[in-house]
Amino acid sequence: MRSVINTKMAALLFLMLLAMPGVSSGHAFPDHSAPKVGEAVTAPPAGVYIWFDGNLEPTFSKIVVQDTNGKAVDQGNGRVNPSNSVLLEVGLPKLPPGTYKVLWNVVSRDGHRTSGDYSFQIK
Amino acid sequence: MKIRTMIGAEKYSVCGRPYLRSLLIVCLFVVIFFSPIFAPRNASAHGIAGNRFFPTTFTVDDPFISDEFSLLVHHNKQSGDPSSKQTDISIDYSKRLFPNFGFEFHEAYMHQKFSDGSSAHGWDNLGLGAKWQFLTDEKRELIMSVGTDFDIGGTGAHQVAESFSTITPMFFFGKGLGDLPGSVNFLRPLAVTGALGVSFPTRSRNVHTVFNEETGDFDQDIEHNSKILNWGFTVQYSLMYLQQHVKDIGLPDPFKRMILVVEFPMQTNLSRDNKGLTTGTINPGIVWAGKSFEFGIAAELPVNARSGKTVGILGLIHFFLDDLFPGSIGSPIFH
Repeated sequence: MRSVINTKMAALLFLMLLAMPGVSSGHAFPDHSAPKVGEAVTAPPAGVYIWFDGNLEPTFSKIVVQDTNGKAVDQGNGRVNPSNSVLLEVGLPKLPPGTYKVLWNVVSRDGHRTSGDYSFQIK
Repeated sequence: MKIRTMIGAEKYSVCGRPYLRSLLIVCLFVVIFFSPIFAPRNASAHGIAGNRFFPTTFTVDDPFISDEFSLLVHHNKQSGDPSSKQTDISIDYSKRLFPNFGFEFHEAYMHQKFSDGSSAHGWDNLGLGAKWQFLTDEKRELIMSVGTDFDIGGTGAHQVAESFSTITPMFFFGKGLGDLPGSVNFLRPLAVTGALGVSFPTRSRNVHTVFNEETGDFDQDIEHNSKILNWGFTVQYSLMYLQQHVKDIGLPDPFKRMILVVEFPMQTNLSRDNKGLTTGTINPGIVWAGKSFEFGIAAELPVNARSGKTVGILGLIHFFLDDLFPGSIGSPIFH
């Protein structure tokens, strides 16, 4: 009998958890990008584009592209695309061959912050 | 804490304390209902250090504290006379009081069916714990924490639960290998986590009085409760990490959100009767981490004859409450 009561209480607790308001999309992680993570491209890309798996908060989401010396080489116009809030993008000038590092730091719509980096090459 | 005790698994018959369990469940309700009052608007990350996302694993406890809820189903066969089939359903709930400190509650329903037709079932003892994540180094993908777990003896069903309590101070760590050089790029998705602690029983021995039919007297049967060194670690290879930070190899869903995990939960007896005897399992498995929940499945292979002779199975479903309810129960109570 006690087991039955405990099981019911646990089930009730679980349903209450699921019924609480404020369901959100959670942490935002990259889904795919252009150039791709670790890719070696032959032509300098016009920009870096990262599509996330959730909506981003434009005010607090940043993207920077650096060369191997840690110097920012992007056009400084990193932003969340106004018409697609899962897309973080930044423009690039015509870059010489080399290895470049993309650093991103985003806040999802529910306030969770995630950050990360990846590299790509221009041959 | 989730490291399963295999040594000294014999159970004892005493009166339970159902009122204590009810009181604790009521307290849990109070915490859950009042937490939105204090909840801040922004929530912190769960199991994340820099580029690294550490998933919740099966039986080796995580190195981080977060708002989470887990169900773990475990099934195996145990040899002996009579042999048995055992199924456990474990429930874990963690609640952060502060961003890096929180409480954990765990409970398990156990069912054991013996080959002679008899069975034993019921709730295991209620477990309460606290954990402090004192280090999060994003650059080195390193997390460290300390905690204590208290299994309250006598709160479970007498058929399956211990009659005595155990206190287990623990140390936890998680380290991603993302800081390895580019020359070994494909090793960068690797990570290790671990847990180390000693379980101290609050009673050193159990004394049972049994009637000896041969002598016609009452004999005392003394059973020593052992101190157990719990040590376990996991080795993980994150396909998520590979795709997101090392090399996009074009993995489709659901593979690009998978993490390959091998667990090594071990227990070594520290008490005089069986000093140095080690039991444990190797649990190779796969975890899939979604936006707000995680699934996992693993095999359970005994490391030696003392640990069993058959392969068990583990199934995990885990909810990231901080993602599901960031503005209410998924946030720390005090920020």
